[in-house]
Amino acid sequence: MGAQSKLAQFGDTSITWILNILFYVIFIVFIFYGQRIQMYVMLREVEVSLYKLKFIKEEGRKIAVETIKEIGKPQADPTDRVDRFLEYFTIGPQNLDPAGVVWKLEHILDVRDTRFKDEVKSMAPASDETQVNNLENTLEAASALNFIYKVIRHYYLLGKKTLSLYVIMQIQMILPLVMREAEAYASALKAFAYGQPIGDGAGALVAAKLMHGQETRKIAKDCVVATVPYEGRTAFVIKAEGPGGNVGKPGDAIKAVIEENEGKIATVVMIDAALKLEGEALGEIAEGVGAAIGGPGVDQYKIEDSLLKYHISINAVVIKEDIGDAVSPLRKEVFDATDKVLERVKQVVLEKTKEGDKVIIAGVGNTIGIGQ
Amino acid sequence: MNEMTETSASTTTSRISSFVILVVFITLALSLVALIFAAAIVGGYFNTGNDLTGAYVLLALGLLGVAVSTYVLVETRRRLSKLKIVVPPVTTTIECRKCGVKNVREFQRGDYVFKETEPCQKCNEKMLITAIYREVKEKEKERFPF
Repeated sequence: MGAQSKLAQFGDTSITWILNILFYVIFIVFIFYGQRIQMYVMLREVEVSLYKLKFIKEEGRKIAVETIKEIGKPQADPTDRVDRFLEYFTIGPQNLDPAGVVWKLEHILDVRDTRFKDEVKSMAPASDETQVNNLENTLEAASALNFIYKVIRHYYLLGKKTLSLYVIMQIQMILPLVMREAEAYASALKAFAYGQPIGDGAGALVAAKLMHGQETRKIAKDCVVATVPYEGRTAFVIKAEGPGGNVGKPGDAIKAVIEENEGKIATVVMIDAALKLEGEALGEIAEGVGAAIGGPGVDQYKIEDSLLKYHISINAVVIKEDIGDAVSPLRKEVFDATDKVLERVKQVVLEKTKEGDKVIIAGVGNTIGIGQ
Repeated sequence: MNEMTETSASTTTSRISSFVILVVFITLALSLVALIFAAAIVGGYFNTGNDLTGAYVLLALGLLGVAVSTYVLVETRRRLSKLKIVVPPVTTTIECRKCGVKNVREFQRGDYVFKETEPCQKCNEKMLITAIYREVKEKEKERFPF
């Protein structure tokens, strides 16, 4: 009875005091330690994403190893070799003197490609050319995930060690974009492992639709060309050689066709997947001018160089997609858009050329899961 | 092969920071103490008829503390359970160019666009893979006036 009365008294008088003191303590703590608390919150956010990245990276490695075992039938366990592959790096050329840097970059990329292919072939001896390309793509996606994880971990640990707000802040700010990219690579892994067409292959799919049923010949490394008659014009349709996962060398292919025809090409039409801005619809089609091609820039340079030599005009038709759709299995919206692009390309050819002209139509992108 | 593949996180407890767990449990304990105090004051009110303001404050603080700590615990578990790579189903469309028969099935390893497959059951002509894609059911999009 007496105890309860004391408690009630405590409630009446002391609670107000306690709340006041609590308020002042919190106020003072936030004055002196506000930034530090904010930093810990940011670190925690990065930490949660890092766990997710670690999980995705491990899954990528597991998928790569399992696919190699399943397709390549290796004699020994390929895990160690896969781990070594994931750590491969490429050093870009020195560009203090930029003259000739494109050729140096091309050489380094060629060496890298040959090295990767040789490595995959020895890891998976029972695989054919198409499967080697698909396995290479799978390993590259796993390698990209490994790299993203390591970079984020580096900044997380550096931030924790130095307790520098700016180190932590810069990684926390770009984290949503990094996570989006990592998730895109994660969904790409299975697509590459199974050899499914991906969103990036939209351009190659349009070219495949154009050249299907026509005779094809190899024109450059991993690239094929078909001569397709259309409304009195001759169209040279170029794409990477499928159905294995590769992008070929469209720069060399376009250059070779131009040289074969001694520059007598009325126009070039390039088709590619392009990154869409937020708010734009998936599969939206846009038209413009210029070499529609991504990558390190070697092919774009070669195309522009050849076009300039003979003063050939260049048109581009792109299909809009985001990074996730570009590397994951082809979406229906993008597939449906390829038919509309086909019509648009035909329209461009009719508008920009006359009967008897020769045109080049190049479908750019990874041709995984797309034949010809 | 092309089924929905979901791989969930293997270890969960090791991924939750011990500091967060400690803070959550301290908050929970303090909130429970506040609730007990509030109950004691309410009990005293029936015997002595004292003012209940303190009880209300303690009750509010206690409930708030319990709610926040429970939310944090549930949210941490939910975040961890979201760790999975989901592979959507991909379909292959096979068509007979002669009689137009269309067949849609799940993607199988080795399928590619423009691959000739088994003969058509109707006209015995070789069928062709004409499409491989995935369909994604879009969630209700937030509407913007732009």
